[in-house]
Amino acid sequence: MSRLGQLTETEWDVVVVGGGNAALCAAIEAAERGCRVVILEGAPETYRGGNSRHTRNFRCMHSGPLSVLTDSYGENEYFDDLIRVTKGQTDEGLARLAIRTSEECLPWMEAHGVRFQPSLSGTLSLSRTNAFFLGGGKALVNAYYITAEDLGVTIAYEAQVTHVEVSGGRFDAVQVEIGGERLRVRGKAVVLASGGFQSDIDWLARAWGESARNFLIRGTPYNRGVVLKDMLDQGAESVGDPTQCHAVAIDGRAPQYDGGIVTRLDCVPFSVVVNRDGQRFYDEGEDVWPKRYAIWGRLVAAQPDQVGYAIIDSRSIDLFMPSVYPPIEADTIEGLAEALGLPPAAVRETIDAFNAACREGPFTPTELDGLATEGLDPPKTNWARPIVEPPFYGYSLRPGVTFTYLGLKVDHEARVTGPEGRYHNIWAAGEIMAGSILGQGYLAGFGMTIGTVFGRLAGQGAAAHVAA
Amino acid sequence: MSPLDTTAESPTIAEAKRQVEICNACRYCEGFCAVFPAINRQRIFASGDIQQLAHLCHNCRGCYYSCQYTPPHEFAVNLPRILAETRAEDWDRFAWPSGFGGLFQRQGLAIAGLLVLALAALFLAVQGIRPQGGEGFYAYLSHGAMVAIFLPAFVLPLVAIGVSLRRYWRTVGGGAVQWRHVKAALMDSARLKNLSGGQGQGCNYEKEDRYSDTRRWMHQAVLYGFLLCFASTSSGTLLHYAGYPAPYGFWSLPKLLGIPGGILLTVGGLGLAWLKTQADRDLNAPAYWGGEMAFVLLLTATGLTGLVLYAATGTAAVQPLLALHLGTVLAFFLLMPYSKMIHGFYRVAALIRDAQIKMKDQRPTIPQPPVRAAVSPPAWDADSRG
Repeated sequence: MSRLGQLTETEWDVVVVGGGNAALCAAIEAAERGCRVVILEGAPETYRGGNSRHTRNFRCMHSGPLSVLTDSYGENEYFDDLIRVTKGQTDEGLARLAIRTSEECLPWMEAHGVRFQPSLSGTLSLSRTNAFFLGGGKALVNAYYITAEDLGVTIAYEAQVTHVEVSGGRFDAVQVEIGGERLRVRGKAVVLASGGFQSDIDWLARAWGESARNFLIRGTPYNRGVVLKDMLDQGAESVGDPTQCHAVAIDGRAPQYDGGIVTRLDCVPFSVVVNRDGQRFYDEGEDVWPKRYAIWGRLVAAQPDQVGYAIIDSRSIDLFMPSVYPPIEADTIEGLAEALGLPPAAVRETIDAFNAACREGPFTPTELDGLATEGLDPPKTNWARPIVEPPFYGYSLRPGVTFTYLGLKVDHEARVTGPEGRYHNIWAAGEIMAGSILGQGYLAGFGMTIGTVFGRLAGQGAAAHVAA
Repeated sequence: MSPLDTTAESPTIAEAKRQVEICNACRYCEGFCAVFPAINRQRIFASGDIQQLAHLCHNCRGCYYSCQYTPPHEFAVNLPRILAETRAEDWDRFAWPSGFGGLFQRQGLAIAGLLVLALAALFLAVQGIRPQGGEGFYAYLSHGAMVAIFLPAFVLPLVAIGVSLRRYWRTVGGGAVQWRHVKAALMDSARLKNLSGGQGQGCNYEKEDRYSDTRRWMHQAVLYGFLLCFASTSSGTLLHYAGYPAPYGFWSLPKLLGIPGGILLTVGGLGLAWLKTQADRDLNAPAYWGGEMAFVLLLTATGLTGLVLYAATGTAAVQPLLALHLGTVLAFFLLMPYSKMIHGFYRVAALIRDAQIKMKDQRPTIPQPPVRAAVSPPAWDADSRG
């Protein structure tokens, strides 16, 4: 039987839509329970794994040292961290389920091929809470694909699911396009793990406004929300603000999609940031960068042309992690402004005003040093050191979208609810349902926690349904 | 570029630098091997820094299969390949006499050709200066003739390698070598720590994204087999001058070292050659594939012909087999500075240099600038707790 023939002829026990962390966890759990499982991954093999490709760690509760994790990280502390970033926009039951289950997930991950390494250089603050993947998220994805293949899971790449057939609250089949052919793949249960919609720029523009067309997408171009939209159109219960996305400020020269980790730019606290017109618009030194990088996505998004420019002098160039793009460099402020395409006189004026507002005092890049401007609006409340030592450096900043919040609402078994109540045989896991727990903000490594916990639950639940 | 011109940046080094800067902004691969911590210690990379990284790389490929930015991604990162190409260029660049490197590295045929020439010369030697007396293989080639041929064939290549390493050491800015640096380097190479994948799971050589330790085992078989064979020959030489000339029985030191050495060398060599046919050529320097394969087979042949020669003891086949074995060994020695064999010398030098840098970094007398600690977690999933 041909490969495509096998896909359509077989009545699969579990059809998994998507090919990232959550999808793989579901597929592995179901296959280990004896199910015939097919993974329909929309991306080609080289780009498989969705946004999981770009991740690097897993936030994990633990009552004592566990694998590479030091000390302990209890449920309540973890939950408090979540409440702080989401400002309470979470489902406490689901959040605590994810947090509590994370502890048993780490050994499960190791048993299924994932390798961890001690916290990366520059991330020591995470060594207690987040277990880093050796080689990053793509290595994790590779390990899971190997495990799935060895369990006999069938994997179809470039398989774009266009429609989930649901009748009477029951899933029958998915319609899928592979190599220009439209196929129908039937199954007894389905796990939807195909991500959010952030790569559909038109949808982003409808949700956020036209300015979203200037946003960059940090992750996979394959998360276009086709399955999410299809399910919502059929009346599936949704969760999360449909107009919002998680966006951070990244290097404006990053590619439209898939720039990932290396396009981040950590120079803002040591910079003066101006907009297209050479004007400052926010306190660059409000807090340490890990606590502020996320709001800068929105701040830049609100500026004309959705762009900002961070300007530093030679004294600050070594104070932050190197970016993948070299800075624009010039010996004068005017020269730098010109090279950045900014009005030189306006930038000169802004820098002069900033320099004049700086005062004497110790500059301490590692902590909030209180070195603030005087009489400047907006102020810079820390690390306000005059920009005077040439050469001067500049980086452009643009909003980089990480993920969208709108998703399918799930219950504690990762099951999806439709207009007539809970569907008989539909589960969801990963970014497509993460809005159930992350209503706002983001907590490092929590996306992988949600994907792993709910992916496994979905796979277990689907397998139990098939066996029943 | 003149081979002595070690300051100009070749296009290969420029491309390697571009990729290394991407790695330095990512850092996901820190746990695989020594290359990534070495990258992370720096921010600006001179040509010599890139060359040092290149010789530190063992081509385990763990980083390639883990990389988000491999082609077709526009960042087009293929670090194992560009570092392999940088390494191979250095073997040429630093070779002495100049020009020999390129000839042999890229020409597997040249290696075979030289081997044939060496064999022919030996056959002539065997027939022309056939000794009057002598037992075993000294019946065919006198000890004096062997020494006259092999002593220069061993010493001259070592001199050439010394010149190359000196050029390399200057390029990478190496300092005065201390025993602790050498010890660290030898410990790493003795265990092939940098082919372990960081956690003993092995490398990604012949099974793509699956880890495998086969290459490490095979390489160690070759390495230790070679050392045993070398020790066997050395012990034979010592015994000869101590008044115990060959032939030696099975329970003699030369045989007890040489037979297991020959078996290890042969098995490991065949294993490495087979692995080479399985691995993706695009993750190494493809232009050098033939030369490397020829070298692996040549090395294997030194072990195999030695074993066959021993097995043929007392038969008429000894004369041609002896010529074959000695010819193979002669070709191997002459080619050391210009074949893949040179990688081991550069590798140890790079590991020594790496140990120097690491140990200097750790020295508490040098105050660390506080700014390096200020490096923030990258933004992809930076912790909002700070």
